[in-house]
Amino acid sequence: MSTILSVRDLTLRFHTFDGVVHALNGISFDVQAGETLAIVGESGSGKSVTMMSLLHLLPMPPARIARGEALFYTNGTPTDLLKMSRADMHRVRGAQIGYIFQDALSALNPVMTVGRQIGESLVMHLGMDAETARKRAIDLLDDVGIPGARARYRNYPHQFSGGMRQRAMIAIAIACNPRMVIADEPTTALDVTVQAQIVELAKRIQRERGMTVVWITHDLGVVAGIADRVLVMYAGCPVEIAPVDDLYDHPQHPYTRGLLSALPRLDDRSRRDLASIQGAPPDMMASPRHCQFAWRCPYVFDRCWKAVPPYYPAGKGHATQCFYDLENGRPRTDA
Amino acid sequence: MQRYILSRLIQSLLILLGVLLIVFFMLQLTGDPVSLMVSRNASPEQVQRVREEMGFNRPMMVQFADFMTGAVVGDFGMSLRHRQPAMKLILERLPATVELATVALLMAMVIGIPLGLLGGSNPGGFWDTLCRLAGLIGQTIPNFWLALILIVFFSVGLGWFPTFGRETCTVFGIHLPTRSVILPAFALCLFTTGQLVRFTRAAVLEIKNEDYVRTAYSKGIGDRQIYTRHILRNAAIPLISIIGVQFGYLLSGSIYIETIFSWPGIGNLLAEAIGNRDFALVQAIAFFASLTVVILNLLTDIAYGLADPRIRYGD
Repeated sequence: MSTILSVRDLTLRFHTFDGVVHALNGISFDVQAGETLAIVGESGSGKSVTMMSLLHLLPMPPARIARGEALFYTNGTPTDLLKMSRADMHRVRGAQIGYIFQDALSALNPVMTVGRQIGESLVMHLGMDAETARKRAIDLLDDVGIPGARARYRNYPHQFSGGMRQRAMIAIAIACNPRMVIADEPTTALDVTVQAQIVELAKRIQRERGMTVVWITHDLGVVAGIADRVLVMYAGCPVEIAPVDDLYDHPQHPYTRGLLSALPRLDDRSRRDLASIQGAPPDMMASPRHCQFAWRCPYVFDRCWKAVPPYYPAGKGHATQCFYDLENGRPRTDA
Repeated sequence: MQRYILSRLIQSLLILLGVLLIVFFMLQLTGDPVSLMVSRNASPEQVQRVREEMGFNRPMMVQFADFMTGAVVGDFGMSLRHRQPAMKLILERLPATVELATVALLMAMVIGIPLGLLGGSNPGGFWDTLCRLAGLIGQTIPNFWLALILIVFFSVGLGWFPTFGRETCTVFGIHLPTRSVILPAFALCLFTTGQLVRFTRAAVLEIKNEDYVRTAYSKGIGDRQIYTRHILRNAAIPLISIIGVQFGYLLSGSIYIETIFSWPGIGNLLAEAIGNRDFALVQAIAFFASLTVVILNLLTDIAYGLADPRIRYGD
């Protein structure tokens, strides 16, 4: 498998009136062509900000990229997305990388028909004429499972149900057959049965078109069903990255372990309270000088307060940003 | 959409009925209208004669019924001064006011909307400063003062425009405006321009940050198309209501501007009618102005429905 995206040391800050928010603190990860990488973490951990910053979708200012690179490979040739000009970025968005937003009601233009919103990028990137774009948009609506696509083409977003809007959103993202699709919590606003349908749809489309998917979510249940690998984020830091099964079976970071143990289980008959992680996420106004999870970590020891931990390998394709060796129940002895 | 229009239509008719009521009682509120119509040193017999002539001696309900039956067919009685039907006088003056109002509105739109768009698209920049300044000036400078300055500078000084009056040229039987409309229209459009600049800027600033604009960017749409197809289309919705309200205000005739430029429009007629205590005429103009506003509001509501599909289908 070849690498399609390689993010290195991505550091991003929001310069606000109240001070500097350290939103991303040295994010590094690779995405392999054809795989599904899930990015999980709680609200404000920087999942969406990471992926939006790659496509220059964040308002700048206040956002500013302090350092890092994001190499996007086209036939083995890398281009740094972060340094790309406005004009070049217009050619990448939609054509090379599609983006599925979470709340499809607000993410779709209320005064433009759904069909035209799909057709727009076809005309833009593939140079289709209006009639070809219309036919293609109807095919796409049909493909994402909207019944009566021909009639629905003329509908406005508010005439669609929540699930249908999300399907239309997917049709927009995949319209030009991009090599990579970023799905930014596409199932969050939907009820559970519709969620499952959307996940199935995404899996089918990925299989049929051989797309690479980065799936942002805070739902560990969805992750288990869709991802090949998982990146866990906490307070703007990538705390753990692992193949999905390995992550669930052997979490190597106290935060991941806490998240997994907080999942309610259907087969648990005992009437005890759900497990939770004590404390609250840290104030992001200060630049991190040590592990960001130290305040809440049950395994914390003196070293955790002295430096930001580096990535420690913890099995095949598995790495964690933690000084404590959870597997062996003792601090790591590397330095 | 049909149901939507129908409900608006019924509302408009009810409003007009209310307006007629107010217009009728407006005259009664003055106490004895006849005492205002005759000269101060008229004898009681003379007053009584006028009262009977005008029908003010009849019971109130009869007068009201009489007024309403007339008003429904556009008959507001004779102008005391001109000895002509009040409605006829208004219709004679209407083309001049329509011309002035239309040119003023077009000026306001041509200046206001692009300026607001430029300001809103790069807040804090040069255009934005200009835009905010224009909004402030437009809404604070009194138009009668500006009108005088314009006359002094452009008509008297440079001689580019006539100092007063309306001239038209006739092409194929249609009266077309000439340069005589430019100064009064510019003075009149000032406030509307200021409003349009401010509202366009505010709408663009708000819509720029909407999720669907970000979606459009994520599709790789260029800046120009983002503004024309996504931002402006959505900004048009609040602007339509402002344009409708402002056009109603412009069409009701501006007393100041029409008087200063001796523009033979409805505002001028109203000023004259008030000065002459020409009650029938004042009543007719008041009703006519309300009618204009009600019709424009109706058209605005319909335009609103056309621009926003959520309203069109939302019944």
